[in-house]
Amino acid sequence: MKYFIKKLTEKFIEGALFLSSTVTTLTIILIVFFLFREGFSLFKHSPVEDGFVIAVNKGNPVDKITGPQIMDIFDQEITNWEKVGGANDSIILFRIDNISDYYTEAQLGDSFQYVPQLISRLIDSIPGMVAFIPATYAVDGFKGRVIELPNVSMKKFFTEKEWYPTAQPAAQMGVLALIMGTLWVSLGAILLALPLGLATAIYMAEIANEKTRRVLKPLIELLAGIPSVVYGFFGLVIIVPLIQKVFELPVGETGLAGSIILAIMALPTIITISEDALRTTPRAMKEASLALGANKWQTISRVTVPYAASGISAAAILGMGRAIGETMAVLMVTGNAAVMPHTLLEPVRTIPATIAAELGEATQGGLHFKALFALGCILFIITMVVNLTVEYISSKRKLTKR
Amino acid sequence: MNHIIATEKLNLFYNDFHALKDINMKMRANTVTALIGPSGCGKSTYLRLFNRMNDLIDGVKITGDVRVEGKDIYEKNTDVVDLRRKVGMVFQKPNPFPKTIFENVAYGLRVNGINDNGFIKDKVEQSLVQSALWDEVKDKMNKSAFELSGGQQQRLCIARALAIEPSIILMDEPASALDPISTAKIEELIYELKQNYTIVIVTHNMQQAARVSDHTAFFYLGELIEYGETKEIFTNPKDKKTQNYITGRFG
Ligand SMILES: Nc1ncnc2c1ncn2[C@@H]1O[C@H](COP(=O)(O)OP(=O)(O)O)[C@@H](O)[C@H]1O
Ligand SMILES: [Mg+2]
Repeated sequence: MKYFIKKLTEKFIEGALFLSSTVTTLTIILIVFFLFREGFSLFKHSPVEDGFVIAVNKGNPVDKITGPQIMDIFDQEITNWEKVGGANDSIILFRIDNISDYYTEAQLGDSFQYVPQLISRLIDSIPGMVAFIPATYAVDGFKGRVIELPNVSMKKFFTEKEWYPTAQPAAQMGVLALIMGTLWVSLGAILLALPLGLATAIYMAEIANEKTRRVLKPLIELLAGIPSVVYGFFGLVIIVPLIQKVFELPVGETGLAGSIILAIMALPTIITISEDALRTTPRAMKEASLALGANKWQTISRVTVPYAASGISAAAILGMGRAIGETMAVLMVTGNAAVMPHTLLEPVRTIPATIAAELGEATQGGLHFKALFALGCILFIITMVVNLTVEYISSKRKLTKR
Repeated sequence: MNHIIATEKLNLFYNDFHALKDINMKMRANTVTALIGPSGCGKSTYLRLFNRMNDLIDGVKITGDVRVEGKDIYEKNTDVVDLRRKVGMVFQKPNPFPKTIFENVAYGLRVNGINDNGFIKDKVEQSLVQSALWDEVKDKMNKSAFELSGGQQQRLCIARALAIEPSIILMDEPASALDPISTAKIEELIYELKQNYTIVIVTHNMQQAARVSDHTAFFYLGELIEYGETKEIFTNPKDKKTQNYITGRFG
């Protein structure tokens, strides 16, 4: 009986362990699946917001207009149908607000019940008109012609620089500026953090005595535990004004501020991993260097660091990975201008900051919402590449050094 | 005759542990001296006195005299870098640097401030010839040193030590991690090097001590039990412990 219970308990624990690992794996797969499904559905969507359509006069020969073209038309950059392949006729814009230019309030009806018919008639009567109207107006008996815009293209998504996901009538979804912003800020962060982190790691691994190390190590680990809002706040109050003053800029919220904050945040990762890597350098190898008359610095720079090089690069890449995904602190100090960055002294906007800032105002399931998910996919892919690189480097290290 | 290495009333402590006890020993130039004894008896510790490698260990305390070329090397104003250039070392396990074959040998020259590339190139070749490795590596000088076999790596480490022209070479069980053929090559090399260098070698291998050395010192529990001509030690040991050890009764 006792044996039976023991056996049962064992089986039960085994089952529980199996179940929890399965659940974890499934959850992860589900999240990734969900992310990519939402993200990719963006490309099955026209850049016109759900519930609205673009309509023209039935006699208008134009049947293809792209998103950017429709934006130019409504911004009055394009004013003649010839430019988009139509007849030589000037374009007359119509937004729902313009209705009062054509009809009196009495004509529209007490509860605006005549508006759809009036718009329909209007489009029919003015050959050069293009209208951005609710889809519900363009149903049975509509005398105009609805133009379908081509879906958001993946190529454009990655190559265009304009990010106006809520622009009307057609959203502008170019993520290049955001990707570049993310990479610039992260790259700047790593350029700042690597020398400092490596120096600290060398100090901890090779120079500091046991007592100093015992103070320093927890301090650095503490740095990793500070919430990122606190870093952001620190950056906003100290670093942003400092940058503004030092570089005499109109605003201090710049890519550089983001880089500095991220550098500080990436330091613990870089220091800890580099230090571990430096410690793997065999004692005998350092002794061999010293025995040849090298001093301590020569030994560190010519033997210890080269031996640990792959570990140090892994540290740098992991630190960069942390920087790429960081949201809150960056959001607070970079100024969030979705424009192509040319220097680190301009406001920039990163992918995670964009998602965090805009998700609240995007209607669930809408165009903007899907675009943010597509951004999430990009971020996921970038961090996955980073992690795979680290895997690759450290597996190579295991092979070559023994 | 002059003695190039000498210790007098030498004691060494690792914190409280008395690792070397009152060692008096003198070695002549251009001889090979073997240090033998069971493991833990202090051979490595004794060897590492002469290039001050023990300095790297916390808690080491030394009393007595260690003289190299007549100078007390534990004096305050000793230039350790200078000493280590004069006293080369080969370690138990081959430990080449993560660099090319060429850069491994050039390392000692470079860290000692030599920048003349022509000179370095000549010196690297000369050292590799001396360590009997040149023919095997001359076509792959820019390959990583890790690509060599264990025996080749150890000869590379010897070449590396020779490049800075030491007068003394310390070897701590240089063949213990190698196969018999590589071991034979190293022994042959030691025999060659004796012409120009003073060699002190720690070995666990009695036959090796008998083959390569002129003098042998037997250590036991931190004490120097017996020291003399190798032939004498192996054929006619004066101390019972020496006899037991060389006949393989313990250790
Ligand atoms: N760094 C050290 N700290 C403390 N004790 C040590 C240290 N190195 C060696 N010893 C001790 O000193 C003694 C001699 O060591 P060693 O010279 O390495 O012996 P051998 O080379 O003859 O095997 C051993 O008992 C060893 O435990
Ligand atoms: Mg030893």
